[in-house]
Amino acid sequence: MSNLSFKDFATDQEVRWCPGCGDYSILKGVQRALADGGSEPENTVFVSGIGCSSRMPYYLNTYGFHTIHGRAPGFATGVKLANPELEVWVVTGDGDGLSIGGNHLLHTLRRNINLNILLFNNEIYGLTKGQYSPTSRPGTHSPTSPQGSVEAALQPGQFAIGAGATFFARCVDIDQKTMPGLFNEAKTHNGTSFVEILQNCIVYNKDVFDDIAAKKTAAEAQIHVRHGEPLIYGKDRTRGLRLNPQTIALEPVVIGQDGISLDDILVHDETNPTLALLLANLQGPTAMGVLLRREQPAFETSYWGIRPSQRRQKVEQLLRTGNLLDRRN
Amino acid sequence: MFETTASKNSHVIRFAGDSGDGIQLQGQQFTVASAMSGHDLATLPDFPAEIRAPTGTRYGVSAFQIQFGGDHITTPGDTPDVLIAFNPAALVVNLANLSPQTLVIVDANAFTDQRIKRADLTSNPLTDGTMDAYQVVDINITDLTVEAVKPHGLGTKDAGRCKNFWALGLILWMFDQSRSQTQNWIQDKFANNEKIREANLAALNAGNAYAENTEFPQVLKQPTTLQASLAAVEYRTITGAESLALGLVAAGELADTQLMFCSYPITPASSLLHHLVGLEDAGVATYQAEDEIAAICAAIGSSYAGKLGVTSSSGPGVALKTEALGLAVATELPLVLVNSQRAGPSTGMPTKTEQSDLYQAVYGRNGDTPLPVVAARSPADCFDTAIEAVRIAVRHMTPVILLTDGYIANASELWPIPDISGYPEILTTKPKADAEQGVFERDPATFARLWAAPGNPRFIHRVGGIEKDASTGNISYDADNHQAMTDIRTSKVASVAQFIPDQTIEQGVSGGVAVVAWGSTFGSISRAVKECLDEGLQVGHVHIRHILPFPENLGQLLAGFDHILVPELNTGQLATLLRDKLNLNLTQYNKVTGQPLIVSEVKTAIAKLAPKRAQAVGDSRE
Repeated sequence: MSNLSFKDFATDQEVRWCPGCGDYSILKGVQRALADGGSEPENTVFVSGIGCSSRMPYYLNTYGFHTIHGRAPGFATGVKLANPELEVWVVTGDGDGLSIGGNHLLHTLRRNINLNILLFNNEIYGLTKGQYSPTSRPGTHSPTSPQGSVEAALQPGQFAIGAGATFFARCVDIDQKTMPGLFNEAKTHNGTSFVEILQNCIVYNKDVFDDIAAKKTAAEAQIHVRHGEPLIYGKDRTRGLRLNPQTIALEPVVIGQDGISLDDILVHDETNPTLALLLANLQGPTAMGVLLRREQPAFETSYWGIRPSQRRQKVEQLLRTGNLLDRRN
Repeated sequence: MFETTASKNSHVIRFAGDSGDGIQLQGQQFTVASAMSGHDLATLPDFPAEIRAPTGTRYGVSAFQIQFGGDHITTPGDTPDVLIAFNPAALVVNLANLSPQTLVIVDANAFTDQRIKRADLTSNPLTDGTMDAYQVVDINITDLTVEAVKPHGLGTKDAGRCKNFWALGLILWMFDQSRSQTQNWIQDKFANNEKIREANLAALNAGNAYAENTEFPQVLKQPTTLQASLAAVEYRTITGAESLALGLVAAGELADTQLMFCSYPITPASSLLHHLVGLEDAGVATYQAEDEIAAICAAIGSSYAGKLGVTSSSGPGVALKTEALGLAVATELPLVLVNSQRAGPSTGMPTKTEQSDLYQAVYGRNGDTPLPVVAARSPADCFDTAIEAVRIAVRHMTPVILLTDGYIANASELWPIPDISGYPEILTTKPKADAEQGVFERDPATFARLWAAPGNPRFIHRVGGIEKDASTGNISYDADNHQAMTDIRTSKVASVAQFIPDQTIEQGVSGGVAVVAWGSTFGSISRAVKECLDEGLQVGHVHIRHILPFPENLGQLLAGFDHILVPELNTGQLATLLRDKLNLNLTQYNKVTGQPLIVSEVKTAIAKLAPKRAQAVGDSRE
């Protein structure tokens, strides 16, 4: 266990995001998480794709690999398979991870290789100057959708859980209070951890999450879920979620009104993918924290469990397999 | 037993039938038998892309051709001496390649009205005069097979499927080859299925006995085949895919490095993945990724983490890998990409061979993104070419493309097993314990940076596809630095030429025509040049393994010839490269039929240009 502070995880490189970008806050959250969780710089690798978020490895004093658009999970899989001892993180965005790289993300989640994936969702293409992305809400005005986008938006949580994810969590970029802890939950999960971070692109999609993230409304707009605890939220903790068995949907209710008591409120079970899916898709409030965490063997463990990790046979012998014609004297 | 006294240097046999008839297996078993009886050989599997094409159709015909015999068998032969056809379609599609009087053995049971129609024929070729020019032996192979396996209780359909072994038994007798290797193979393969095992053995033996006891042995029994004069070493048969797989693991051992082979299925490259799956005890781990892109990305990730990443595909898959290949160049990481070429463009003809991805390998990336390219010339040569590719990749810290093709991958040859202890160690730039070198300090001779994998606190660094500062690796948009980095990348690939052997003349003489070629055309050209030399023509054969960079002396060597002839299975891609790099005047000979070059067409192309030699000089082959 190293005794490093978050500053030890910063590099000498000038951070080049726009002033006020949500990425600054996430960078700080990551550096804090690494320090708090005792990550060792020499045994930690950050792999990223292309986009604003993907510049992050340059700003972290660990090993880092800034790769190509959408393919970070592929490179990270190679790194982790080649050396399962390494702590491997993937930094991606909604365009990188869910548009051009959707296929890789899907298969990475399905395999459950032990990577920690941070997806910065700002619902827009930032680095290419503001085009709508696969998570943009219908009607998003952008240079490529001047009349408003007409595509349905992808929900990252729904995608991940549908792909067979074993860990899904969500937080807001400015939430320094919970972010480092959540990242360390992701780190300690044995398998692919997928964290969606609602990130504010100050230039091209400013305040798109304001209704969720703004300080004055956050308490009513967010529900922070905890395993084994009732799904309650609100400034005075009187709001809660119950399951409507007729619609199979989560229903926001107020404890003490219409005969609702705490006993009616659903208790969070993070091992239940069906509940996680309902929570992931819930709007008003938006669910934060660890929505899903379930046990499944990590891919690299299964992979190396069925094959030798060291050379056990010399080529000399292999050359002589099958039928041999021996003409030596 | 009928005895023959005549002898022949080599024989060419072509087996043909439906793609579900077990033709390839039949050919492979004959290959092993002829090798174990001391013959040199070369084979040509020629099959459709469909796994079980509709029976009896022309496009569903699967064929296997072998030439075996005395010394220097380098091609599967231009024309068969014996054709065995299991149905009308298999007969008619092969007729164009037969010489008059060729011995043709057919399964007479298959020449029913229905199957004649399936082969798009209006009459029976056995009776309508089509076969008048040939020597036809029609045998009720299916009936005789069913009869022979009856005691083993198979249904009629399963019984009929043993006919490939029945026919193999017959052909082994015709060429006086042993059944023992095939018997061993059947025993082993069907160890847990007594019924099938015994039925196949019975079919093999029955075909053999039929030939022995037939009333026309003089027609069937072929002249004795000359044996090859072999060296005092061990030999085995090997396909290109097997040889490449062994070469890769040998290279891993020589470099004291584990390999990660990350791939995605594609014809005709998958066989390499299949063979490596069986070699995981020898320091290679295989990973089947979700697509071609993920495969190369995982290979590059492995290299970054300190194991050597290798990926493999065919042209369409290589196209998908191209962007990642550029990243490997930019980040200066070692990687080997094997391209088993097939006929293109697009999906093209997956099971047919071509050499048309040379441009893709040499020129096919965005930016100034050079990387070394090597090419294998024959199944056995894949072994050394794989070692060479790995050696270059880790010596210079660069991705390397290894070109092979569908023909080499599937074809077999007799291989003198090399003494691996005689191969020099492969040196890497992994940091030594006491090294002072920084991650981006480059070796002045190879331009290689340090191969510093995560896990070491001394070398914490970041790499990426954005242009990097030449000395720190940090992002740099500086104008002079981009010039410097581009120069480094160019010089690195150029520096490979300092480490590779000079180009030699394979055989023949300078002064007249140089036949300059690469890849799988080696066998046909080698044979053609030999025959032209025997006929007194002034010709030499130059076969290039190092496509990029060329050996340094290539230009000088070729300056010693009056004419340069470049035969290729494409529209002139090496020719373009020779013009580009060496400004040569040359003559092309190009063919793109999905089939290898045949000897006679190369000879014709040579004869058009080559002068007669003033005086015969003996056979100058090495």
